Amino acid sequence: MRFYRNIDDMTKEKPLTKNIRPDGPPCNLQEYVESGGYRGLRKALSDHDHEEVIDMVVRANLLGRGGAGFPAGKKWSLVPMGEDVPRPKYVVCNFDEMEPGSFKDRFLVEGDPHQLIEGMILAGYAIEAEVGYIFIRRDYVKAARILSKAIKEAYGKNYLGTNIMGQGFNYELHLHVSAGRYICGESSALLNALEGGRAIPRSRPPHMSTVGLWGKPTVVNNVETICNVPHIVANGPDWFRELSYTEEGGTKIYGASGRVKKPGAWELPMGTTLREILEEHAGGMKEGFKLRGALPGGASSEFVTLEQLDTKMDFASMKKVQSHLGTGTVIVLDNGNCPLGMVLSLQRYFSRESCGWCTPCREGLPWIVQMLEALEEGSGTAEDIEILLAHTKLLETGNTFCTLAPAAMFSLESALRHFRDDFEGHIRLKGCSYKRDKAKV
Amino acid sequence: MITEIEKREIEAEIKKAPTKKAAVIDVLKVVQKHRRWIPDEALEEAADMLGMTPAEVDSIATFFSLIYRRPVGKHVILVCDSVSCWLVGYEDVKQHLMEMLGISLGETTKDGRFTLLPSACLGVCEEAPAMMIDDDLYTHLTPSLVDEILQKY
Repeated sequence: MRFYRNIDDMTKEKPLTKNIRPDGPPCNLQEYVESGGYRGLRKALSDHDHEEVIDMVVRANLLGRGGAGFPAGKKWSLVPMGEDVPRPKYVVCNFDEMEPGSFKDRFLVEGDPHQLIEGMILAGYAIEAEVGYIFIRRDYVKAARILSKAIKEAYGKNYLGTNIMGQGFNYELHLHVSAGRYICGESSALLNALEGGRAIPRSRPPHMSTVGLWGKPTVVNNVETICNVPHIVANGPDWFRELSYTEEGGTKIYGASGRVKKPGAWELPMGTTLREILEEHAGGMKEGFKLRGALPGGASSEFVTLEQLDTKMDFASMKKVQSHLGTGTVIVLDNGNCPLGMVLSLQRYFSRESCGWCTPCREGLPWIVQMLEALEEGSGTAEDIEILLAHTKLLETGNTFCTLAPAAMFSLESALRHFRDDFEGHIRLKGCSYKRDKAKV
Repeated sequence: MITEIEKREIEAEIKKAPTKKAAVIDVLKVVQKHRRWIPDEALEEAADMLGMTPAEVDSIATFFSLIYRRPVGKHVILVCDSVSCWLVGYEDVKQHLMEMLGISLGETTKDGRFTLLPSACLGVCEEAPAMMIDDDLYTHLTPSLVDEILQKY
């Protein structure tokens, strides 16, 4: 993993990555404790009741880092509390990370696994859950090994199990290694997978906070979201909000991939501009290449172009430029790659990964792939572009069961908005000029 | 069909799980570990142990892309075809792999050594292009590096 720090960076607080050694071994339990780890848990168990922990996360304005940006504290506060509610209650960590262009959660867990474990225990305490699951994709072999060792360490020191730290709280934590399929990252599909079923999304209502895993109250949170919790509890919500440049609390793990000089991941204040991420941290474009646009938040976000580089990378600001912060891991389009080709790569992915449960997604995405292929091969017509545009409406939110297809439309719709000339060029020139140029070289 | 060792390992997985059905992925992985894929007879016996119908287990086995219902080679190559790899050389890497192995995506070499499959984003986009062979991850791929890597298997 490449991980860069420059001198200016050292002045900023980086709670999530302070223990992470670039290319070094993961932070072990002793090192984690020495750096202040499990301090938040100790504080919560001895000084705060469940509602106070939820309240801290609410006041910190921690927005879900999986991509949707739903307030984590609000999600937790929807869980029924008290003696008479169905049990066990569950906390599930979504570590499926299969969003193309995203690698931040792997980076956090491979470097500092106990941060996630402490966050999972605190989340469990906050909603009075008895059991936690970390759902990890099969390909994250290294992260799974590191995490399962860390869970053992945590059991050994009674951070997990019965009567945790002598404070009367009982909590079990399990690791589930999955077996592929992007749709498992959809939180209700993930619960079906954990129960041993096909990973298809569930209809809501009922919401998972009341009827979740095995029908019991459940919260599902992303890895980065959970990793923030120990710091919020240890240092307080005001401190957490101060870390950010904007109203949305905390730091953010941003990343960049594509033809930039230094692809990688960086912890920066929430609301750092896209320009700073790409020019300072990613080191600008590789020699000989120019920036054309970027997907700011993984495959499920809309292209932004050069005019939008000064946008703050938080959930609210990215919406204002008709895009999404998503996972905050930027995919960079350069002038040597065809925008249509890039969209085709994305649509092939979404089409293959559709679970097939609802018709617009199952049938619509392969149609889109076929039309894009026709355009790329030079047999496309002007009408195809209109049909593609129509699909961005036909597959939008409200017409499908979950957000896979609507999110797939983000890149297509925005590419047609920003790079329409390139699409029309494929009709005029009967094929892809980028491919021809490349063949000439 | 299912061996005594498999049976013991399957029983251990079922015992660990909160419900029998919840163990289905882990049970299929046991069979796959021993046989590389899931033949019909093994699926039926595993279903029996799980208290599920074969059709139900098959609906799960065919859903998850890393459970194989057809024979695969000794080593499975998962080449990442997602966008970050596509931007920096996936096509060349894929083309080279297919030429070297003499097969297309989804096929197995005649000698049964390699199966080549496209993979969802492997989550190492900062080191693209990437592939996995069995449990080993390889990044910053180029055609010549691919040659070197294949020699190891």
